[in-house]
Amino acid sequence: MSAPDSQPPRGALDDADIDRWATQATAAIAAAQSTAELKAVRLSHDGPKSPLALANRALGGLAPELRRAAGARVGAARSRVNIALTKRQDELQAVELAQRLSAERVDVTLPAELAPLGQPHPISALMERLGDVFVAMGWEIAEGPELEAAWMNFDALNMGPHHPARATSDTLFVDPVEHNLVMRTHTSPVQIRSLLSRPLPIYIVCPGQVYRADEFDATHVPVFHQIEGLVVDRGITMGHLKGALDHLAQAMFGAVSTRIRPSYFPFTEPSAEIDLECFVCHGASVLDPDAPCRTCASEGWIEWGGCGVVNPRVLAACGVDAEVYSGFAFGMGVERTLMFRNAATDMRDMVEGDIRFSRALKGEAR
Amino acid sequence: MRAPIGWLREWVDLDPSVDSRQIYQALVRAGLEVETVERVGPEVTGPVVVGRVLSVLEEPQKNGKTIRWCRVDCGPDANAQASQPAPAGQPGSRGIVCGAPNVAEGQLVVVALPGATLPGGFAIAARKTYGHISDGMICAEDELGLGPDHAGIMVLPESDDQGQPLRPGQPALPVIASVDEVLDIAVTPDLGYCLSIRGIARELAQAFEAPWRDPAARPTPEPRQAGCPVQLDTAGCPIFVAVTVEGVDPHRPSPRWLANRLRMSGLRSLGLAVDVTNYVMLEIGQPIHGYDGDLLDGGIRVRQAVAGEVLVTLDGVSRQLDPEDIVITDGSGVIGLAGVMGGQSTELGPDTSRIVIEAANFDVLAIARTSKRHKLSSEAARRFERGVDPAAAYSAAHRVADLLVELGGARVSPDETVAGRPPDRPERTMPGDLPTRVLGHPVPASQVETILRASGVTVRPRGDDLVLTPPTWRPDLVDRYDYVEEVGRKIGFDVIPPVVPVAPPGRGRTPAQRLRQVLGQVLPAAGFSEVISFPFCAPADLDRLGLAADDPRRAAVRLANPLADTSPDLRTSLLPGLFAAVARNTSRGLDDLALYEQGLVFFGPAGSAPSPSVATRPSDQELAAIDRALPRQPRHLACVVTGQWRPAGWSGPACPASWVHAVAFAEAAARAVGSELSRRAVDRAPWHPGRGAELRLGDRVIGLAGEIHPSVAEAFGLPQPTAAAELDLDALIESAPGPGQLPILATFPVAKEDVALIVAADTPQAEVAQTLRQGAGQLLESLALFDVYSGEQIGPGLKSLAFALRFRAPDRTLTEAEAAQARDRAVALAVERHGAVPRIG
Repeated sequence: MSAPDSQPPRGALDDADIDRWATQATAAIAAAQSTAELKAVRLSHDGPKSPLALANRALGGLAPELRRAAGARVGAARSRVNIALTKRQDELQAVELAQRLSAERVDVTLPAELAPLGQPHPISALMERLGDVFVAMGWEIAEGPELEAAWMNFDALNMGPHHPARATSDTLFVDPVEHNLVMRTHTSPVQIRSLLSRPLPIYIVCPGQVYRADEFDATHVPVFHQIEGLVVDRGITMGHLKGALDHLAQAMFGAVSTRIRPSYFPFTEPSAEIDLECFVCHGASVLDPDAPCRTCASEGWIEWGGCGVVNPRVLAACGVDAEVYSGFAFGMGVERTLMFRNAATDMRDMVEGDIRFSRALKGEAR
Repeated sequence: MRAPIGWLREWVDLDPSVDSRQIYQALVRAGLEVETVERVGPEVTGPVVVGRVLSVLEEPQKNGKTIRWCRVDCGPDANAQASQPAPAGQPGSRGIVCGAPNVAEGQLVVVALPGATLPGGFAIAARKTYGHISDGMICAEDELGLGPDHAGIMVLPESDDQGQPLRPGQPALPVIASVDEVLDIAVTPDLGYCLSIRGIARELAQAFEAPWRDPAARPTPEPRQAGCPVQLDTAGCPIFVAVTVEGVDPHRPSPRWLANRLRMSGLRSLGLAVDVTNYVMLEIGQPIHGYDGDLLDGGIRVRQAVAGEVLVTLDGVSRQLDPEDIVITDGSGVIGLAGVMGGQSTELGPDTSRIVIEAANFDVLAIARTSKRHKLSSEAARRFERGVDPAAAYSAAHRVADLLVELGGARVSPDETVAGRPPDRPERTMPGDLPTRVLGHPVPASQVETILRASGVTVRPRGDDLVLTPPTWRPDLVDRYDYVEEVGRKIGFDVIPPVVPVAPPGRGRTPAQRLRQVLGQVLPAAGFSEVISFPFCAPADLDRLGLAADDPRRAAVRLANPLADTSPDLRTSLLPGLFAAVARNTSRGLDDLALYEQGLVFFGPAGSAPSPSVATRPSDQELAAIDRALPRQPRHLACVVTGQWRPAGWSGPACPASWVHAVAFAEAAARAVGSELSRRAVDRAPWHPGRGAELRLGDRVIGLAGEIHPSVAEAFGLPQPTAAAELDLDALIESAPGPGQLPILATFPVAKEDVALIVAADTPQAEVAQTLRQGAGQLLESLALFDVYSGEQIGPGLKSLAFALRFRAPDRTLTEAEAAQARDRAVALAVERHGAVPRIG
C-alpha cells in the first residue's frame, strides 16, 4: 500500500496535486488484496487526515473566486475515490465469501440422526390401517375386555353350553371353569356388547387381541389379533357384505379378486368364507400336478376370514328385532393379513419381541 | 370325507365330459370344502400283464434259499419277445425266477415285463440270476403299491369283477386296481349328510341338474319285532333296525373292488363282513354295527348306562361308563357304547356265520359328549355327532344284508326287527321373498320352491308364504334363515352383486382411540420400538421382580388350562414380558434396545359370571352381574431401555441408556396426550431404591419409572443397567385435557433473570422449581433448570441449582425493577422453604 506523497499546501490548491492524490488513491485501492487492506487504504486516502480530506477542508480558506473551481475539482476527485472504494469492497467481499464457503465444506454423507427412530409393531400398524378403511366409510371402532364372560363370547353368539369350541382343548378358561370366564376366542363379544349398548343402526369394526388353546409354531399363535366387522341396519343383505369385503380387500391388497363360498358358523346364517385369489399362482396350479403351489396348496384361493348374515338368534339374544333389522358380520386374522400383505413367513416372529421384526416395516409399508 | 369320484358316478348320472375340476368347483360353490383332489392308483408304467403259470421247478440254492424257476404264458406277443423262447414243442412262455413259496402251476398271476416300472422307480429288465435269465417278475401286492401284503405273489381269480374270463397277455392293472380321483372334503358341522357318498351325490346331482339314484330309498316299515328282539329304553335312540343274515362264508375274501374303495376312502380292509359294514357306512352315511349272532345273549336293550358299569371296547380299552352314555346291552350286560364303538364280547370273528346287523340312530348331543368323555373318536361317532338320517337305517341294514348275500354266500332271514320310527321333523313357515331380502339377489318364489324340493324339503305354498318340512337327513334346517342359506348355497354366492353399504355419518375414532394412535407415532419417534408379548406370567416372575407378599401386582388371575403349566397366570405387569424380549434380543446379539409395549393387564379377584337365557335380551341387572364378574383389566404402557441409547459416533461419544430414557418415555407419553406428570423419588420393586420415581398425575400415582434394581436385572438375565417405566395408560388418557383454549399472544418484550440457589443435595429440583414459580407470581412466563453443580466451591452435602426465568406482562413493557422484584420474591420464598442460599456471580 502506498501513502499519499505529500500534504496539501496551506495556500492555493494545485490542480495537479489533486489529480495526483486521486490517482494515487485509486491505485492503492486497486492494489488492496483483502477487505482489511482496503480498510487501511480507505483511512489513508479517504480518511479525515488524507490529502483529499485536508484539501477539502482547505477550500474554506481560499479566496471566493478560486473556491468554486477548486471545490469542483476536489469533489470530483473524492467521488472517483469513493466509487473505486465501493467497487473494490464488493469485489473483495465476494472473493472472501467464496473462500470462506469453500473452507466450510463438510462431508454431507456423514451419519446424521437426531435420535434413534423406533417403529410401531407391524401388527399394531396394520390394525390402524384396517381401522382407517372403515373409519373412512363412517364406521366406528368398538373395543371390549379380553377376559370375557362365556355368555358374551359363546352363548349370545348361538354357541350353546355344548358347543365343541367351548372345550378346554380350544378355549382358555379362568380357574375354576364353572365361573364362566374365558379369554375371548374372537372379538365377537364386542359385537354383542355393541348390540346391547349402541343405538341402531350399527356400523362398527372390532380390532383386538384374541386367545385360543392352539399350537405355537410357524403358522399358529395362540394369542393373535382379529378385526371383525358388524353392520345392523334395515334392509342389509349379503350383497352389502360382499361390497364391504371387496372394498376392504382392495384397500389392503390392491386389485385382487375375492370369492365368498358357503360355510358354517353358529353366529351367522347364511355363513361364508372369504377367499383371496392366490397371490402366487393366480389359480394356475389348480389340479395341475406338474405345477403345485405351496401358497394356496394348489387351490387357487387362500382363505382370509369368515363372514355371513347375522343369525337372527344372535339379534334376539341382544334384544334387536330381527323382523325389522338384519345385518352382516365378518372377521379375519390380522397376522394372516400381515402374512399376505407383507410376506411374513414365521408367525413366531410376531410375538418374540425381536427388535429387527418391529423395525422392519417403515413408512407406507406399515 | 374321502369320496372316490367313480363311486359318486355310480349313483349320479354325470355327463362323461364333466371332469374332476368341474366337480371340485361345483362342490366348493355349494359349500363343501374340498381340500384336495387326489389321483389314486398304482404308480406303475409299462407292460404289466396277466400271466398263467405253466410249470414250476423248485431249485434249492447253496445259500439255503429255494428259488422257483417258472415258465409263464404271458400272451402270444410277450412270449414271442422272450430272450429265451420256450423249449421246442412246448407252448409259448417266458422263463421267470420267483422266490415266493405260494407260486403254483395253473395260477393266474401278475407279470411285470421288461420295460415296466414299479412304485419307487423300480425298473424291470431281463436279468441273469441263479443261473437263469429271468424274463420279468411275478408281482406281490406290495410291489405294485396296492397294499401291504408281501406274504406271496398275487393270485388272480379266473374272471374279473364283471365275470369276464382273464386271458394271459391282457393288461393286468385294470383288473387288479382301480384308478380313480378322490375328493377329500372337510365337512362343516351343519352338513353331516355329506359324510356319505349318498349326500355328496345328491349335491352333485343338484349342481349339474343330473339324474341320480338314492342308495337309501327303501321306506322304513312300521315297527315290528320279528327278528332279534330289541327294546328301546332311552329317548336317545329313536330307531333301531336289526336284520339277521345266516350262513356267511367266513373264508370268502373281500373282492378287490371293495377293498380298493375302502382304501381310497381311508379305511383298511379287515375281512368281508366288517368291510361291507364300513362300505355301507361310507355309501349311505349310516354307521352299522355287526354282532356275532351266536355270541348274543338273548335280545338287545338300548338304555342309559348305570354308574359303575364297565365295557371293553373293540380297541381293547376297558371303559368306565357314565350315566349319560347310551349303551347297547344283552342278557350278559353292556355289549356296546352306542354310536361310538362296539364291545369285544360280541365282535365278529373269523368263524362268524350268523350276523345281526344293527342300523340305529342316536341323539346327536349324547354321542358327541360320550365321544368326548371317552376321548374316543370313531367313524361312527363322527357321523352321529353331526346327525345321521334316521330314515336311512332300514335301507342301510338291507344294503349290508344284500352285499353279504352277494359276496359272502349268506341268506337274509325274513324275520327282522324295526324298533321305533324316524321322528317327525318340525314345520316352518317362511315368507317366499325372504331369500331375496336376505341374499340381496332376486330369487323368485318358484325358484325357491324348486331348489328346496331338490334338497329334499317338502314345500307347501300358502299365500305368500312357504310351509316347509325338512328332509330326515337335514337336522340343520330349523330356522327360516337356514332355508335362506340352503337357497343361497344352491344359487351360488357368486351371483350376488356386491354393494358397498352406506353408513350414517360416523364420529371417527373416540378421543381415547385417537390418543392411542398419537402415542403409536410419538413413542416410535422418541426412539422406542413396539413389541407384542404373550400376556401370561408365572408366580416365579413376580418373585424375580422382588414384589412384596402384599403387592397389588400379586393379585393375578389364574387360568384353568394355561398354554404352559409354567405360566398359569395372566400378567399384572408388562415388565416380565418386556424383560423376556430384552433377553431374547441380547441372546441374538442385539444389545442396544429401547422397547415398549401396550396391552391389558389383569388384576384379580375374578367373580363368577351368570349365563342368562339367550331367547331375549338379558335384563340390565343380569348384564351388570356379568360385568361385575370380570376382573379389572386396565391397559398399561411400559418401556425398557438398555445398552447404548446412542452409540459413539463421529459427532460425539456414546450415550448409554439410563433411568433418564425410561423417565423421558413416560414424559413423552404424557406430553403426547396433553398431560403433565410429576415425579417423586420412591423405593418400589423392581426399581433401584435410589433411582426410581413415582409418576403422578396430581395426587394420583399412575406408574413408576427408573433404573431396574441390579438384583432384578440379574434374575431376569438383563444387561446392567437396564431402565424401565410402566404406567396405567387408561388413567393417563383419562387425564387428557379437553379441546383447550388458545392464548392471546403478548407482544411486549421479555425480561430475563437468572437465579442460582445453593440447597441441600437431597432437595428435589422439582420442589425448588415449584417454589420459584409460586414466588415469582403471574409475570413469570417460563422457568428452566440450566445447571446442577456440586463440588468444592459449594461444600459437602450441598448443590447449586441454576434456573433461567423469563418474565413478561401481557399489557406493557416490564421495567427492570419490576422483573428484579419478581425474581427476588421467588428467591425469598426458596430461602424460606428450602433454606436456599442465593449464589452470587
